[in-house]
Amino acid sequence: MSAREQWVAFLTIVTKEIRRFTRIWPQTLLPPAITMTLYFVIFGNLIGSRIGHMGGFDYMQYIVPGLIMMSVIQNSYGNVVSSFFSTKFQHSIEEMLVSPMPAHVILNGFVVGGMVRGMLVGLIVSLLSLFFTHLTMQHVLITVTVVVLTASLFALGGFINAIFANKFDDISIVPTFILTPLTYLGGVFYSIDLLPEFWRAVSLANPIVYMVNAFRYGVLGVSDVNVYASMAAICAFVVAFYLFALWLLRRGTGIRH
Amino acid sequence: MSALTIRNLTKTYANGVRALKGIDLNVERGDFFALLGPNGAGKSTTIGVISSLVNKSGGDVSIFGYSLDTERSLAKKQIGVVPQEFNFNQFEKVFDIVVTQAGFYGIPAPLAKERAEKYLRQLGLWEKRDKASRTLSGGMKRRLMIARALVHEPELLILDEPTAGVDIELRRSMWDFLTRLNGEGKTIILTTHYLEEAESLCRNIAIIDHGTIVENTDMRSLLGKLQVETFILDLARPVTESPRLEGFEVTLKDAKTLEVEVPKTRSLNALFVALAEQDFEVMSMRNKANRLEELFVRLVEQNLPGEQTS
Repeated sequence: MSAREQWVAFLTIVTKEIRRFTRIWPQTLLPPAITMTLYFVIFGNLIGSRIGHMGGFDYMQYIVPGLIMMSVIQNSYGNVVSSFFSTKFQHSIEEMLVSPMPAHVILNGFVVGGMVRGMLVGLIVSLLSLFFTHLTMQHVLITVTVVVLTASLFALGGFINAIFANKFDDISIVPTFILTPLTYLGGVFYSIDLLPEFWRAVSLANPIVYMVNAFRYGVLGVSDVNVYASMAAICAFVVAFYLFALWLLRRGTGIRH
Repeated sequence: MSALTIRNLTKTYANGVRALKGIDLNVERGDFFALLGPNGAGKSTTIGVISSLVNKSGGDVSIFGYSLDTERSLAKKQIGVVPQEFNFNQFEKVFDIVVTQAGFYGIPAPLAKERAEKYLRQLGLWEKRDKASRTLSGGMKRRLMIARALVHEPELLILDEPTAGVDIELRRSMWDFLTRLNGEGKTIILTTHYLEEAESLCRNIAIIDHGTIVENTDMRSLLGKLQVETFILDLARPVTESPRLEGFEVTLKDAKTLEVEVPKTRSLNALFVALAEQDFEVMSMRNKANRLEELFVRLVEQNLPGEQTS
């Protein structure tokens, strides 16, 4: 396939993915908006006003970047894992496998589709947060870079999960038992500096801590960890996940006999 | 040039099942080719390998001279596949399914839409273009898969059981459509359980059983191998016992029906002369089974190593 044909094929998958999640917007775009609004009301307004300040900011201001990242993580992961698994389940993956599309075009298409949903939900949540607090962006480039890297990393994670999944239960195990606990313990609602030394050290093993803090640094200018080291670590994970997903796809794991 | 060349193709599944045991096959450009075999014979595995849905264990496949191993992209552009099972997204609209498939081949949207309209119209689905595919009838879904397989205008169309579950009228119209496509120069490979379909449409045929090709020849030569043909005769008057006819095997099925096995060496005239001599009046006659079906059953039952003629 020529580069131009590959570009058309890539755009076809991305368009298909966007069409899919916008067609079912009550399942994909509305729930995170409602959930995050509840977080803002309960944790930000009601409980947050009693907590006072954290990291030099109102509690509401402090948790908003974490909640935005939580939305990006869950939605970029959720989009790819459910879309690619459905494609496998309905055998419509065969439409792509019989075509001359190289594996990297298929992978890029699904990952970018997931990133678009993750970032769109992140944008919706950001706009909603403006009803509850005042936000200014301290480092635009860092903010955007961290969102893009995080969305791509979790879209890749969703893709790998879908490749290995054999039934619908398999696509909810990782989000329920790994992703959600790591996100809640990833410094979304608190600064890890508040933790005893032991638990702080344990938290540093949680990759989501770095993403949340790098994003918080971009928005608020404060972080519990080194931002540039965090971004380098996310980049390394993205490359590793990408190569692994591509290898699986080329090999036909879970999709070819 | 050959449309499809398969050399020593083998496939062993992870559970140890040897689905293909080294098959060789050659399909010429412009041919209308039937690939027949009982369930589990290896037909779908063969098609799976050709269409890249199954990884082969060994052997070579080339399509219009392009190797599936070394010129994969060029080889795949030449093929359109209509699978046995519905494999499109049930929630997508008919038009979107066809246009999206064109996109997977790198065809820009304006041309993709033009072609989608052309093939949906040809297959009588244009009125359904905005319907979700799950709302279509079985026959419409099958036609949708044909439109989808044609949208990148492949030279080789492979259809796996295209008329399964399709009513007679629709089956006939699909036969006409496929015959027209073949007349326009497209090479067509067909698997089917309707042997009448293979006999009516196809010029060449391969029969596969237990992962090996047991027969590969042209339809005329294959039918020429039929040693005995069985006919059902409806009599004008009821009889109580079957006539004794020299050189024919006769069974009385009921008072007014005879079943007669006619060897290829005997003419039907001889049969009717013998019947007339014994005062049997025949009102009508028909084949007991499709001729190809008789041969197919015999070949598969015996699993004789067939003569490779093409």
